[in-house]
Amino acid sequence: MKLYCLSGHPTLPCNVLKFKSTTIMLDCGLDMTSTLNFLPLPLVQSPRLSNLPGWSLKDGNAFLDKELKECSGHVFVDSVPEFCLPETELIDLSTVDVILISNYHCMMALPYITEHTGFTGTVYATEPTVQIGRLLMEELVNFIERVPKAQSASLWKNKDIQRLLPSPLKDAVEVSTWRRCYTMQEVNSALSKIQLVGYSQKIELFGAVQVTPLSSGYALGSSNWIIQSHYEKVSYVSGSSLLTTHPQPMDQASLKNSDVLVLTGLTQIPTANPDGMVGEFCSNLALTVRNGGNVLVPCYPSGVIYDLLECLYQYIDSAGLSNIPFYFISPVANSSLEFSQIFAEWLCHNKQTKVYLPEPPFPHAELIQTNKLRHYPSIHGDFSNDFRQPCVVFTGHPSLRFGDVVHFMELWGKSSLNTVIFTEPDFSYLEALAPYQPLAMKCIYCPIDTRLNFIQVSKLLKEVQPLHVVCPEQYTQPPPAQSHRMDLMIDCQPPAMSYRRAEVLALPFKRLFEKIEIMPEPPPRPAPPTSGKKRKRASEDIPDCKVLKPLLSGSIPVEQFVQTLEKHGFSDVKVEDTAKGHIVLLQEAETLIQIEEDSTHIICDNDEMLRVRLRDLVLKFLQKF
Amino acid sequence: MDPECSQLLPALCAVLADPKQPVADDTCLEKLLDWFKTITEAGSSLLLLQENPCLVELLCHVLKPQGLSARVLSFSLHLAGVFAAQESCFQYLQQAELLPGLFGEAGPLGQAAWSAPTVRSGWIQGLRSLAQHPSALPFLADCGALDTIFSLQGDSSLFVASAAGQLLVHILGLSLQGPAEGPPSPQTCDWPVCAQKIVGHIEGSLRSMATPQVTQALNVLTTTFGHCHGPWTQVLWEQLSPLVACLLQEDPLPAAHSLVDLLLSVARSPVLSSSDCGLWETLAQTLRRLSPAQAGPLALGILKLQDCPQALRAQAFGVLLQPLACVLTAADQAPGPPGLPEGTTGDSVTVDTLLSSKSACAGLLCQTLAHLELLQPLPQRPSPWPQAPLLGAAVTILRFCNGSAAPASDVGGRLCAILVGCVRVQRAALDFLGALAQETGPQELVTQVSAVLLEYLRSPDSSPTVLKKAFQATLRWLLSSPRAPGCCDLDPDTQLFLRELLPVLRKRLCSPCWEVRDSGLEFLTQVTRHWGGQAGFRHTLLASEVPELAKQLLRDPESYVRASAVTAVGQLSSQGLHATAASPEQLGGQKESLLAELLHVLSTDSEGFPRRAAMQVFTEWLRDHHADVAEDTEQFVARVLQAASRDLDWEVRAQGLELALVFLAQTLGQPSARCPYAVAAPQATPPGPLAQVLRALSRVRLFEFAFRALFDCDRLVAQKSCDLLLFLRAQATPSGGLQEAEGSPDVVPVEAALQRWQAGEQGEPLGDLEPEAVLAVLRSLDLEGLRGALAESSDHVEKSPQSLLQDMLATVGVRGENQADCY
Repeated sequence: MKLYCLSGHPTLPCNVLKFKSTTIMLDCGLDMTSTLNFLPLPLVQSPRLSNLPGWSLKDGNAFLDKELKECSGHVFVDSVPEFCLPETELIDLSTVDVILISNYHCMMALPYITEHTGFTGTVYATEPTVQIGRLLMEELVNFIERVPKAQSASLWKNKDIQRLLPSPLKDAVEVSTWRRCYTMQEVNSALSKIQLVGYSQKIELFGAVQVTPLSSGYALGSSNWIIQSHYEKVSYVSGSSLLTTHPQPMDQASLKNSDVLVLTGLTQIPTANPDGMVGEFCSNLALTVRNGGNVLVPCYPSGVIYDLLECLYQYIDSAGLSNIPFYFISPVANSSLEFSQIFAEWLCHNKQTKVYLPEPPFPHAELIQTNKLRHYPSIHGDFSNDFRQPCVVFTGHPSLRFGDVVHFMELWGKSSLNTVIFTEPDFSYLEALAPYQPLAMKCIYCPIDTRLNFIQVSKLLKEVQPLHVVCPEQYTQPPPAQSHRMDLMIDCQPPAMSYRRAEVLALPFKRLFEKIEIMPEPPPRPAPPTSGKKRKRASEDIPDCKVLKPLLSGSIPVEQFVQTLEKHGFSDVKVEDTAKGHIVLLQEAETLIQIEEDSTHIICDNDEMLRVRLRDLVLKFLQKF
Repeated sequence: MDPECSQLLPALCAVLADPKQPVADDTCLEKLLDWFKTITEAGSSLLLLQENPCLVELLCHVLKPQGLSARVLSFSLHLAGVFAAQESCFQYLQQAELLPGLFGEAGPLGQAAWSAPTVRSGWIQGLRSLAQHPSALPFLADCGALDTIFSLQGDSSLFVASAAGQLLVHILGLSLQGPAEGPPSPQTCDWPVCAQKIVGHIEGSLRSMATPQVTQALNVLTTTFGHCHGPWTQVLWEQLSPLVACLLQEDPLPAAHSLVDLLLSVARSPVLSSSDCGLWETLAQTLRRLSPAQAGPLALGILKLQDCPQALRAQAFGVLLQPLACVLTAADQAPGPPGLPEGTTGDSVTVDTLLSSKSACAGLLCQTLAHLELLQPLPQRPSPWPQAPLLGAAVTILRFCNGSAAPASDVGGRLCAILVGCVRVQRAALDFLGALAQETGPQELVTQVSAVLLEYLRSPDSSPTVLKKAFQATLRWLLSSPRAPGCCDLDPDTQLFLRELLPVLRKRLCSPCWEVRDSGLEFLTQVTRHWGGQAGFRHTLLASEVPELAKQLLRDPESYVRASAVTAVGQLSSQGLHATAASPEQLGGQKESLLAELLHVLSTDSEGFPRRAAMQVFTEWLRDHHADVAEDTEQFVARVLQAASRDLDWEVRAQGLELALVFLAQTLGQPSARCPYAVAAPQATPPGPLAQVLRALSRVRLFEFAFRALFDCDRLVAQKSCDLLLFLRAQATPSGGLQEAEGSPDVVPVEAALQRWQAGEQGEPLGDLEPEAVLAVLRSLDLEGLRGALAESSDHVEKSPQSLLQDMLATVGVRGENQADCY
């Protein structure tokens, strides 16, 4: 049983689990922080961005000045943004049988995997995950494709050149594997491979393994997965939340009695309590608008925005903000707001009951009805006619590198009356703001991450008591900036096993039982597989042609064995007793023969002849069948 | 007893003795008992029994084994005790064989009824009432009651168990206070039998080492030494203290809390603390022996004692400071925390307790902080008071709790992980920090205090209750901050702090959490009240947006916030701080609108709190001659009273009378007794001739308001109005200039209106009143009589014993009728 770790990002995981002769990919996260190294894509021609000076080496060599631009001491790649893909070399991804998706943020790399690696398996995900995941991908593709950039930079990726660049470009990892965004066609093709599942539905994989999604409480349709065979159980916990927000609450009970619990997707800001941050968000928003300033909220088109709108719905009247317009700008804004209202069965109990009244589960319907919240596909078109200031704008992308947010940053950045409030925790806000410096507008960082924090994790682990915990290495030590906070790490017994990108972990399974069926007759020779649809295992089918190795049984009487050795010319034989058996030491040959109840090892240094001789002597004492 | 009651009594006793007619209500039996107690205190019980044989019959009835209800049984036992409290009556009941029957083994003790806790309680209460004279002691000893009391100490009902313990103390006290005139016998074996039995039982319990028994014995002793201060208590302590000392050898220590209570009770006893009976040594030993959490209350108790050896005080203080020393050591690499009394180092036991679990750690720290907070203002607190290390410890704990401390040691790291986000400790530490503001500290530490308070006020993670405490602590520190020498304005550090604080306050006033907005406004009110006159404060406040935000919150959806906002803007306006003076016309406009806005709140707000707050603000404005009010005081008062008179909330109406009184005092030209600080008022508005004044009062419709209030359905409002009118009459009458000068005034319409109001018809308004008519009505009203009637409690008419007896009989009668109806 092995775990192949393809992503180094703890909240955007991509792991492959080999379990009972099945190969299961757990999530397919796309690390988009690589885009922070690129210049923003302005929707409207920006003289400031297009006039940035090219970057030249210290010695004045300016051969990179077409690719790299300098802004306030930072260097950016002037090209279409590129993403850091999961590791593709560690394991042959064409052998992956199924991909299990836990939430819509963790499927953004799916087209890269399903379309370019020879993948022929099935993807499992819940319906809201697929629908909202599609919206996120559609938005991403739209953001990038609508600002075509002729130029593509590749010179800087050359390892020798990269070494000469300033940080953070110098330290960027695996730049050669960075890829441009996929197309809508690839998205559609990838999504067509998804099979929809419901919570607690049991899915059989080849009769060997059963997988089940469970509610994880983090987002609409988000799930944790149980992967079990007859005697083993692996729980995959990714992006879960115990807070009462809009999704169905987390199902903890079903995670009990796991042999291994793979734990990913904890909160990225463990020191920030979401409630406090929402308060901070509202207060800062009110203060800015009251002073005649505008508020910009870079965000994803789904998720926390629903909760924020709900909070604002309750807050605006008390804060006297009823006349302030709220704009939500995204190519998928309309679909996102509408989808949220139709997935009633995936919502928390409170919202579900509203549907029976019947009322829309989310109050943003009322905000739209009363014209307080308006949504537009982009800043072009109707928006420019309706636009009224001061206002609050929710728009993407949170990286500030593409999407309508770029326009607002350019438009409002010069006035200190305006405020940009960061609520998405995925990007460092300082890095996101770097290409906009110098910036007069106020910046507030209120990351709202409802995923589990370490206190909740320790309670969860106490509750479900897995035998072993496996997690990204980041969770096994306090964050580097707060090395004294011993409370900000996973504390469990036995200590959690940690993994990092491109690492293979042998999972600590103690296999005690196996369910087998014994047929009275020897089975007929299996016919060679006709189609490789489900079981395309070229390499593993070969054993049929090999000569079967005989099985051995019996025990080795040590005294007789020593006599035999001496008979064959080994004069300096010494025997040591160990806890499990004996070690026979051939001093001159510097060789050990370790005889235990269930294993025998011959350890000799690069002397194949000697090893074979000794092996044959050992085999004399054993029966073959 | 009055004859009416005597007549009713036989019927009532018959009802009580009849098991078929159960008494519905416990409280009437209690009232009946109270009544009998007052009768027996005033006269002879024997006579009472002889005059009312039905009472003895009732008691005899109890002896018969029949199904009397537990309540009546309990009542009868208690009643018998009340009668037997007088020796003559005791003898009488003894002769009638009643007492042994009731309290001996033949009585309820052996019956099934004993299983009801109320019967056991009545039995104990009866004995408690009975044991008032020496002749009761042989009875107690002979009838075996003592053994029963011993066993009741462990009763399942806590009330019974506690009463049993107290009864033992009472009997012990009674048996030893009596005949022995000289010094008590140094041997308890020479004491009366009852006392010997009780002491023997206590000794046995202490020797048993079983926690329940030891706890009972210790509790009895604690009460004994707390209440009895005869010389015999010294003999008792000398005999028992070795046994108590033996307890200290036990591991685990049985009944540690009770032991602490006992030792403190002994130490507080004037008889015992002055004698040298090894008490101080025992206390010192106990301090060493107890766990940190148990030792805290003992240490505090020792430090509160008036006279106790210095060494013991030092030891106790050391114990109390122990947890804070641990915290300081954990945060710092220095070997011992500087500034704490010598010998106070975090010992390993305390460290282990702190690190054992989150609840133990929070419990110990909260207890320690609370104890030190209690100790801080006492005159007998240890001197020198380690202000600096205590400040340091409070700051460190707060930093551990918000994760901003960088602990140097392993213990510090673990402590930080335990305390981070612990709201309970945060609250306790902020309270303690606030208490420490009474004195200042080294500048460096004061800066740290300001910094940590700002951190808490700023942090989005601070819970609303923590924020409230942080605001309170900040206020205490701000108000205690030193003034710059030679200048009455704020010192530069405070000024700097304020500049950082006000943006935080501004943000908090925008919080989506109403508790936070409320605490913010309360803080603003307080700080403005104290510093409204300081130029530095005024400047910083006006430069912030805070006054505008406070005004905005007058329309908050939460009524508590609206009330706080009313108080805050009222205070700001009193200090001339409500406008930012953006433009002259805006300034004028805003002023006008604030008064109008508060009047709007008063007349339209759906909740009582904001309206009450508005009335308070108006009263204060009137008292302080607020500029807006002074412009046209009469119109102001008229509008406010008009709004208040229609209010459904009695507190608003009562506050309206308060405002009327202030106005009255100002117009009559005499400072009201209620506002002794308004001495400047008469100069501002010199009093006119009485007629003029009365006309002014009539114009603002003060009379109508006060007369209406006189018949208010809420007694307190009526009382207040009565006081006001009495004050007015006293002020107006002696001058007497108007007295019947121009013929008799027409008082008929006024009196007619008053009658209508008294009858509950509130609609009719009173027209303009002539001063003469008012005075005439005032004179004709029996205000003194009314005040007397209002001063009685509302149930004074129904409280007579006669009505009690009638009520009890009536309920039984009704019950009987209902039963008949059923057939």
